Amino acid sequence: MTTTPADTTPGPTSSPASTSGVAVELADLRRSYGDVHALDGLDLRLEPGEMVVLLGPSGCGKTTALRILAGLERPDAGTVLVGDRDVTRVPPNKRDMGMVFQAYSLFPHLTVLDNVAFGLKLRRRSRAERRRRAGDMLDLVGLGQHHDRYAHQLSGGQQQRVALARALAIEPAVLLLDEPLSALDAKVRVQLRDEIRRVQLDVGTTTLFVTHDQEEALAVADRVGVMNAGRLEQIAPPAELYDAPATPFVGSFVGLSNRLPAQVVDGRARVLDATVDVLPGSATGAGVALVRPEAVRVTADPAGTATVASVAFLGSVSRASVTLADGTLVTAQLPSAVATALQVGRRVRVDVEPVPVLVVAD
Amino acid sequence: MSAVVGRVVRYLLLLAFAAFFALPLLALLDFSTTDLRTGGRTGAAWASLVEDPTLTEAIRTSLLLAALTVVGMVVLLVPTMVWVRLRIPRATRLVEFLCLLPLTIPALVIVVGLGNVYAWVDYLVGDSPLTLAFVYVVLVLPYAYRAIDVALSAIDSTTLSEAARSLGAGWTTVIVRVVVPNIWPGVLGAAFISIALVLGEYTVASLLNFDTLPVVLVLLQKSDAPASMAAALASILFAALLLVGLSLLDRRRPTSGRN
Repeated sequence: MTTTPADTTPGPTSSPASTSGVAVELADLRRSYGDVHALDGLDLRLEPGEMVVLLGPSGCGKTTALRILAGLERPDAGTVLVGDRDVTRVPPNKRDMGMVFQAYSLFPHLTVLDNVAFGLKLRRRSRAERRRRAGDMLDLVGLGQHHDRYAHQLSGGQQQRVALARALAIEPAVLLLDEPLSALDAKVRVQLRDEIRRVQLDVGTTTLFVTHDQEEALAVADRVGVMNAGRLEQIAPPAELYDAPATPFVGSFVGLSNRLPAQVVDGRARVLDATVDVLPGSATGAGVALVRPEAVRVTADPAGTATVASVAFLGSVSRASVTLADGTLVTAQLPSAVATALQVGRRVRVDVEPVPVLVVAD
Repeated sequence: MSAVVGRVVRYLLLLAFAAFFALPLLALLDFSTTDLRTGGRTGAAWASLVEDPTLTEAIRTSLLLAALTVVGMVVLLVPTMVWVRLRIPRATRLVEFLCLLPLTIPALVIVVGLGNVYAWVDYLVGDSPLTLAFVYVVLVLPYAYRAIDVALSAIDSTTLSEAARSLGAGWTTVIVRVVVPNIWPGVLGAAFISIALVLGEYTVASLLNFDTLPVVLVLLQKSDAPASMAAALASILFAALLLVGLSLLDRRRPTSGRN
C-alpha cells in the first residue's frame, strides 16, 4: 500500500458574493530552464470571480505558471489572456494584478498604511483617497488598528494580511497568491487561509492560489488544479477531485490511498471480497485499486484473517493499520469511539465500502 | 564575582583603547595651540585655517572633491549594483572584480597610467583640481562596493522589487522608492568612507600636482607646523562628526530586526 503524507478532507465550496473579476486563460504555456520543462503545454481557464488553486509537488511548474501570469517571467510559448486582452508580453507593472508572495514582502521603510497605499500612490490617487482606501482594506483584513506600525513590528501572519490588503487596494483584475501561508505556523495558517477565502468571496476578484498543501487547497478553492511535470493532471471542485481522481497521480497525491489488488470485469472491480464500481479512466483486467482509508471498514472478529498492526488516535477519528493474511498493509480511518475496540494484534475483518474506485494498471 | 571582574576588564580595555586613540589627538591639539616661541597657548594656528588663503582654498577644494566623489560614486554604483542584483545576477562577480580592482593596483601605477588620461582631461575640462573627482570615484569603488553590497544582501531586494512591480512600479520607481530607502545605511556608509578617503588622499593629488588639503598640509608642515597640525586635527574631527551624524541618521530609521 502507498500512502501520501497528509490526510485531507475536502471542505465545503462557496460561491463568490459578487463576480466583479475577469476571466483568465493560460493557453498552451511552455517554459523551460535548460533541459527542465517547468511548463509543458499548460492550459488553464479561470472563470470570473473564481478561486482556482494550483496544487502539486515541488518543481511541478505551479509557481512558474503563476509568475508567468503575473508577468514576472516570460513563457517560451503560449498566451496569457486576461478578459479579452492578450498580456503575454505586457510587463508586470502594467498588468493590473495584485500579488501576495511566499516571502514577507512588505516595504520595511514604510508604515502599514503607506505599504497598502503604495500602489494607489503610483496611480496618482489623492492623499485622502489613498488613506481612505488603505484604511478600508486594513479593516477588511482585521488590521484597522495597526496603521502606523512597521513590518518588523508585526507577526508573520499580520504581515501577510497587510500584503493581502496591499494587493487588493489597487482593485486588481486578478489576485495572485504564491504560497502565502507556507512561512506561518499551523494555527495561523488555518486562520489566515479562511480569512483569505472570506475576503476573496467578499471582493469577488478572480484568484489564482498556488500551494503544495493539499488541505489548504481543498479548503479554499472553487476548483483545484493538480499539476505534475509541467502539465495539469486534473482540475475539478475539491470534492470531485478527492472522490473521483482522474489519474493515478491525482489519486495518490491528493489524500491517502490504499493500493489494493483488483480485478476489473465488465466495469466493476473486485477488491478484497467486495465488488465496486470503477471510475472513468480505470484500467481493465488485473490492476491496483486506489481505495481511500475512510472507504475501508474494520470490524473486530475473532474469525477474521487480518490483524491490527497499529492504531493512531487523531482526535475525532483514528487511523488503524491492518495486516491482511497475504501481508498487505491496509489503512482504515474510523471514528475514535469505534477504534477503541481495536487493540494491536487483535483479529479483525476488513471490508471495502461500495464506493467507486480508480483502478490503475499494476 | 566573575561578572564584576568581567565588567572591570571591559572598562579597562575601553579606557586603554580610548587612550590609544585620544593621546595622539591630544598631542595634536597641544602642539597646534602651543606658541613655539613663548611656550604659552595661542589660537593662531587654528585661526589660520580660515585666514590663510592657501589653506582655506585647499580645504574648500578637498570638501568639494569629497562632495563630487560621493555624488559620482552614488550615481554610478547604486543603480549599477541594484540592477545587476535584480536583473543580471550572474554579472555580480564581474562587477565585484571590477570594483575591487583599484585595491590591487598601487597608487603610483595608477598615477602613471592616469598621466595621459589627465592630459586629455586638462584639454577637455580644464586643469581644475576638481577633475580629481574622476579618479577618486574609481579609488573609492572597492570600499563603497562593500558597504552597499552588505546593505543589499540584508534585504530581499528581489521580492521587494517584484512586489513593487506587481503594484505598478516601473524600474526607476523600484530603485528610487523601494530599494534605495532600504539600503540607505549602506549608501551613507559608502559616502562616509568616500569622504574620509578623499580628505586623506595624498599620493595621486601630489603626483598630479593638485593642491588638495593633504598636499597643502605636507607643504605647510615645513613652514608652519602648528597650522598643519591644526588642519590635520580639524579634518579628523570633521570625519568623526560625519560618523556621528551618520549613526544618528541611521538610528532614526524604522527598520531594526523582526519579531
